[in-house]
Amino acid sequence: MSDTTHTGPVLAADGTPLKRSLRRALRAQKLRALALIAPLLIFVLLTFIAPIADMLFRSVENQIVGRTLPMTVEELRDWDGEGTPADSVYRALYFDLFLAAEGKEHTKLGSRLNYEESGISSMFRTTGRDVDNIGKVYQKAIEKVNPAFGEGAFWYDMMSGGQGAEGNETLLSNQIGRLEGLESKTFKGDIGFVPGAEIYKILPNATRAYTAFAAFTVFMDEDVVAEEDPWEAVYPALLLDLREPATMAALAGYQGPGAQELRDLAAQADTLPPVDLKAALVESNEDWLRTEYWEVIKTYSPPYTTGYFLNAIDMEKTTDGIALRADDERIYGILFKRTMFMSMVITFSCIALGYPVAWIMSNLPARSANLLMILVLLPFWTSLLVRTSAWKIMLQQQGVINDVLVWLGLVADESRLVMINNQFGTIVAMTHILLPFMILPMYSVMQTIPQTYLRAAKSLGANNWTAFWRVYFPQSVPGIGAGSILVFILAIGYYITPEIVGGTTGTFISNRIAYHISTSLNWGLGAALGSILLAVVMVLYYAYDKIVGIDNVKLG
Amino acid sequence: MSGFTLTPVETKPLSFALPVIGAAGAFVGLFVGTAHGSGLMGVVIGAIALMALGFVALKVFGLGMEKTTRKAMIALFVVIGWLVAGLPGLVLGGLFGWFFSWFIFWIGEGRYRANLAPYLTSGQVLWHYTFRVICGAIFIFLITPILVVIPLSFNAQNFFTFTPEMLRFDPAGYSLKHYQDFFTSSGWQQALRNSLSIAPMATILSVGFGTLAAIGLSQPHVPFRRAIMAILISPMIVPLIISAAGMYFFYSRVGLQGTYMGVVLAHAALGIPFVIITVTATLVGFDRSLTRAAANMGADPLTTFFRVQMPLILPGVISGGLFAFITSFDEVVVVLFVGSANQQTLPWRMFTGLREQISPTILAVATILVVISICLLTTLEYLRRRSERLRGLSPG
Repeated sequence: MSDTTHTGPVLAADGTPLKRSLRRALRAQKLRALALIAPLLIFVLLTFIAPIADMLFRSVENQIVGRTLPMTVEELRDWDGEGTPADSVYRALYFDLFLAAEGKEHTKLGSRLNYEESGISSMFRTTGRDVDNIGKVYQKAIEKVNPAFGEGAFWYDMMSGGQGAEGNETLLSNQIGRLEGLESKTFKGDIGFVPGAEIYKILPNATRAYTAFAAFTVFMDEDVVAEEDPWEAVYPALLLDLREPATMAALAGYQGPGAQELRDLAAQADTLPPVDLKAALVESNEDWLRTEYWEVIKTYSPPYTTGYFLNAIDMEKTTDGIALRADDERIYGILFKRTMFMSMVITFSCIALGYPVAWIMSNLPARSANLLMILVLLPFWTSLLVRTSAWKIMLQQQGVINDVLVWLGLVADESRLVMINNQFGTIVAMTHILLPFMILPMYSVMQTIPQTYLRAAKSLGANNWTAFWRVYFPQSVPGIGAGSILVFILAIGYYITPEIVGGTTGTFISNRIAYHISTSLNWGLGAALGSILLAVVMVLYYAYDKIVGIDNVKLG
Repeated sequence: MSGFTLTPVETKPLSFALPVIGAAGAFVGLFVGTAHGSGLMGVVIGAIALMALGFVALKVFGLGMEKTTRKAMIALFVVIGWLVAGLPGLVLGGLFGWFFSWFIFWIGEGRYRANLAPYLTSGQVLWHYTFRVICGAIFIFLITPILVVIPLSFNAQNFFTFTPEMLRFDPAGYSLKHYQDFFTSSGWQQALRNSLSIAPMATILSVGFGTLAAIGLSQPHVPFRRAIMAILISPMIVPLIISAAGMYFFYSRVGLQGTYMGVVLAHAALGIPFVIITVTATLVGFDRSLTRAAANMGADPLTTFFRVQMPLILPGVISGGLFAFITSFDEVVVVLFVGSANQQTLPWRMFTGLREQISPTILAVATILVVISICLLTTLEYLRRRSERLRGLSPG
């Protein structure tokens, strides 16, 4: 009893202050709960949330241009968008394209840019085939002057600067990085070649081209650099270097391997064909002169783009900024509107059909209500594909409904109703499939509304309609809300049923997403469309959580 | 159904009963008439015939001979049906006869008011029954598609509709060949095996992780409970096509795309919300003092979990597992993207079959799936009742 007069902090049995002791107990409890949840949370984060995040990332990712044409993108930065880019851009393009063509990556870039401007794909494809021949002209000319330039071992010595020469590791790792970007892989290990630091100062283009060749030979072809003859692209690069006035002077003092051959070659440089890579590329495909193609390349050169999203809302990037597409090219707006409209029609049909059923089930004695409940739950539990195939059977022109109508004489045999492969088919089938999701929440709300309220209202003088509308209906609104959001969320992302009974006019945005991912392979656009759909669903999910609470979702 | 009457039943005047019965006859006559060429004739004949029958039944024979009259009427309809349309007509005629013989007395004797409050106006009575007819129609809408599939799966022809032989109940019109097809086709059997190897693994994963997490979530103090719950439920909410697309991208990055493991993981993720929802719902009614009592008596947490908590929440866990199983077993979108041809499941095959419209074997598969879902539904219902009973036993 004397403790009550004690004024210090209340102590627990072990002498620590009670407050701290309680807090510790609470923390332990929280940690235990989290420890139980953690495995699942990590599992869901890895198997589900990460894929969603990946999809969101892909909807803005656009590294392919920068990775396939790194030097071109660099050079193109100064282009003002008028006429054609400078010669240096074409030169960079040639070397970029050569490496890409060796790795067969240029077609991927072509199809990527083709989404933005059709025709680009074939430009990349044809030129990718020609880059070897463009280089071959210079190779032949140089080998004619000195056949030594055709030998792999000679090149290897010259480019590495001979035994014990100082190497340029930066250039090497840059070129390996370029290859890594191109192939989206990481390459490790020694390639058995290091470009000479001195030769790089004298012949920068040739050394760079040769180093790229060396990296590719080792990592992609898995061959030995010294034993392979260099790529055709190395020859125009060498000629480009030799044409530089400064090169002659630098060569004069050069003592490394191949110095004499280079000096001889440089002396005869004027007899060799001029290096005009722009002309060569244009000869391969005239489209390289088209300003709009270059604009597309420039527009899509940053690693991230809003292009897919703009595409998904029927807009495009032009030189004058962002603009709406031409009328006949706007398909996604229509598709989104149709998805919304049809989901709404489905939701309303579900309300109209579900409300009476939920009402009658909540007003009948428990036994009969349970019996009716089975009729609702059976479709709910039946495979989605079973129900979809059932509707296909019912609705098709030689189907059950048409047969019955013809038999009854309501419809002539030759004018059977078209009820499938259109919006009607999708709406009917999906209303049927989603109806249980409407009935179940409605029923659980209506069960809690006492019947006596209606009778009280009537005894106070309300007629049937007023009693229902003013007394019963407002209390059942939470059930309608819960069911509607659920049905709408499910409807808006449906794929299977519209795919089978929707034809062309009854399809949803999800069908388009599936098309882009599995058929047209425009993954970025598919991901952007998916992200927009996801955003809509998330807003609805948030609303559902606020209104109903996710804890209150009931299943059967 | 009910052993008592709210309103005393009284015989209605013929001036009310006959027109109502006639109207019903006219309605049916309209359909029978149009089927045979003339709707108007059907209406007139139907109305007159039914009114005559009603008069005979109600006035001539009267209430005393109700049973005999009803039997006679059914026999009459059966004979007429048989004469008009053979065997199907016989069945239809029997049904019509049964209905009308009941309807005539129901209307004529005013029995329709028996279960309704006496103060209702006739308009309200009419609305009451109209409403029930509407509800009946909606239930028919709900259940017909499933019922139609079953007889069609026994079709002897490769049609997706009823053949004349089937309608004549000719045994030659029916066969088990689609079932035979299903059980002998290696493609379908492989698909079945795939489904049966993917779904249980996915179920085990989602039930294992899900039950633990549900127990954690139902503790009294969980930080970020709402956010965690939102994440765990999201696989159910996010449209399947988006999940499928994301998983396709991500799983191909990590080398899971096109593998058995990839499909199992994907399906487990999709099944988790169902486990969480059902198990947390069961845990809401769980009495925590039981675990404390067990601990008090010296049981360690593991023993408490397996001997006390688990048996009580088992029905919820099992029904969650059933949900997870059916989710995986039914799933087609994700497996289409994440799986490869080696993981072709039953729904996948059905889906491609439906898109390209191949064989009615799909209907046989559908029937088998309907039977499976009926079994699952029965199990679930049993579990729900058991769970409620168990919870009723627990104190508090």
